[in-house]
Amino acid sequence: MDVLTAARMQMAFSLGWHIIFACIGMAMPFFMAYTEWKWLKTGEQVYLDLTKAWSKGVAIFFAVGAVSGTVLAFELGLLWPGFMEHAGDIIGMPFSWEGSAFFMEAIALGIFLYGWNRVNKWMHWVSGLVVGISGVLSGIFVVAANGWMNSPSGFDYVNGEFTNIDPVAAMFNDAWFTQALHMTFAAFCATGFAVAGVHAILLLKDKDNLFHRKATQVALLFGAIAALAMPITGDIAAKDVAKRQPAKLAAMEALYHTERPASLIIGGIPNDERQEVDYALRIPYALSFLAHGDFNAEVIGLDQIPDDEEPPVLITHLAFQIMIGCGGLMLLIALAFFWFSSSAKRRPILLRNWWLKLIGLATPLGFIALEAGWTVTEVGRQPWIIYEVMRTKDAVTPVPGIQYSFIMILAIYTLLTLVLIFLMRRQIKTVSLLYASANKEGKVVKDKATLEAALKE
Amino acid sequence: MMVEFVMLVMGVALFFYTVLGGADFGAGIIEMLTGERSIRTISKAIAPVWEANHVWLILVLVVIFNGFPKVFSTMSIMLHIPLLLVLVGMIFRGTAFTFRHYDVIEDSSHRYYHFCFRASSLLTPFFLGMTLGAVILGRISPDLNAGFYAVFIAPWLNAFCIGMGLFTTLLFSYVSAVFLIGEVETEEGRQIMITYSKRSLIALMLLGALIMALAEWSGLALFQQFLAQPISLATIILATLLIPLIFRTIEKRQINTMRVLVGGQVAVIFIGWAAVQFPDFIRFNDGTALTIYNTAAGAATFRQLVIALTVGVLIILPAFFYLFKVFKQKV
Repeated sequence: MDVLTAARMQMAFSLGWHIIFACIGMAMPFFMAYTEWKWLKTGEQVYLDLTKAWSKGVAIFFAVGAVSGTVLAFELGLLWPGFMEHAGDIIGMPFSWEGSAFFMEAIALGIFLYGWNRVNKWMHWVSGLVVGISGVLSGIFVVAANGWMNSPSGFDYVNGEFTNIDPVAAMFNDAWFTQALHMTFAAFCATGFAVAGVHAILLLKDKDNLFHRKATQVALLFGAIAALAMPITGDIAAKDVAKRQPAKLAAMEALYHTERPASLIIGGIPNDERQEVDYALRIPYALSFLAHGDFNAEVIGLDQIPDDEEPPVLITHLAFQIMIGCGGLMLLIALAFFWFSSSAKRRPILLRNWWLKLIGLATPLGFIALEAGWTVTEVGRQPWIIYEVMRTKDAVTPVPGIQYSFIMILAIYTLLTLVLIFLMRRQIKTVSLLYASANKEGKVVKDKATLEAALKE
Repeated sequence: MMVEFVMLVMGVALFFYTVLGGADFGAGIIEMLTGERSIRTISKAIAPVWEANHVWLILVLVVIFNGFPKVFSTMSIMLHIPLLLVLVGMIFRGTAFTFRHYDVIEDSSHRYYHFCFRASSLLTPFFLGMTLGAVILGRISPDLNAGFYAVFIAPWLNAFCIGMGLFTTLLFSYVSAVFLIGEVETEEGRQIMITYSKRSLIALMLLGALIMALAEWSGLALFQQFLAQPISLATIILATLLIPLIFRTIEKRQINTMRVLVGGQVAVIFIGWAAVQFPDFIRFNDGTALTIYNTAAGAATFRQLVIALTVGVLIILPAFFYLFKVFKQKV
């Protein structure tokens, strides 16, 4: 593995890991704002219990998100000094706003987590909402910076020099809105499905459990609404990519040859040598329509992209297919959810075993789609770090031995992932003891011996 | 003027990081020294605030890479190794603390979190101090082809930087002990913090002198620079004069006065160092330097940075003080 590959792997791994926690931090506060609001309005214990139980998970995930985010901020320089040296002053603006938003998030989270008995009820609710709003803003700012890498603007590039820098124009680049929109809904979709899935699995064992019923319902509601929005926001983003980054679109679709009209290629395995996609399903005219809104439009294939500017086709195409596949499944589940919920006669279906199993199986779908989507946008931009301005290989650090730091980060994050799974299992095992609405007797048990016994099961 | 304003905000952020974020790291060091009996106090004192305190460092980082991108990229290359070690420390400190704090019960699994929390609380400030030492010392090579050791190791792995690492570690634990005097609930615990505060203050003074000597020995006339610069000279005198005062307030257990004085002492040391360092960011071994002037980004960038910082300060500072106010009330 050379330094460039190691640096790319380290960045991909750090980013892919951080995204999970960042998304949870964006979406969960709104789930909790909803349940806490319900509690304030109805006084039902289950909503208070849910808010408190979820907030413990959020506290853990937020801390992991904060440190892994710090790692990324440093890695921008540790791995890509060539990029930061030139891009720092151009796209620093969204980062400085992101810093402010993150600050608000951390402050509000402190009040939300520890202020239950210290601030009044509504102030507490507002602080939770501020956590969510600043979390979403942080996400949007960071994605705006990424948008700039896909659609650089706000400077003139003459003879290798960046002049006439306009940070505002750089922040509001052509890609920021479509990317941020798609990403924000993705965060809600992924978190909603993941949370609903975990509670659905627990519900399978104990169908009367009010706590898990409400939890599944609330999380799936958020996830399903977002899942409906995903194809729309995705279509907006894809049309934008078609216009600005034809190479990325061609790689996503594995479109080796320019076509007019172009067929949509579904699945299949791209073969770079023969410039063909094996075992794929083709839908005539569909790509022309999806990319340009016109059934007869020309779609640029990889044959029109210079060889040294082509992104890796196999990874981009497969990642895109995985994203669409998972998104499609979640869309179907969302539609079924709304259909079943819409009448009192059908509602009992939502507690049937097969439905709960389905929701349980769908737990990772949102996050798989999210990771795949990021793979599409990042790998699909290669070989550029700043699209058509700077190549990734020209931005990489001259420090030798990045292979070792990659292995180290990989090992640390793997360890932390295992610990997180261990910790979440402990939380889940004790939920029925710690929250009155999660057991039949409506009791709260906090003595150590009982909890220890529950953990040993 | 914009450059100076941004530097001022950055200095303030670095100061807050030292006294607040530093106290959080120091708490881990104190927990290592005092063991089981202080876990509860420390967890309670830092849990609500450590993440907000940590963001001061992010702010410093963002200001550097936005306003002085050349400095950020140079530091990231030349000081790659110590910065990476700082990062690893931050990962372990933050996660271990949170994992144990939010876990369902305390059982034998917690000894791993305790170990990680304490070890990383000790090592992170040490590497942070070494990094800072490298920036001050000026052994950074502008020539990347001078050999791996000369370029990536020698600038930070030397006696002066080790001294700076120790100084930072001790400073953080000192600030933390003073802070914890007002937080511990038992008389016995308070006595431990008082003793540690006093001893660490004396040790800091001695270590400060040793660092001056090490600088001299490493070919950096730091002490003369402090003497030659009126502001720095004044700050040395002031920081020394504060010592008996701090001792007195610790004796009398005037919690708030003591905290303000110690904060003031740290601020004074900071100002003294900044006056000597100004306007250099990074000093190279060929006598050249990256300064705040020859690396500052363009006016358009600074205008945005100033706006962001001003708005940020106006929104964040009140919120930040509100957070502290909420958690300093006894319930």
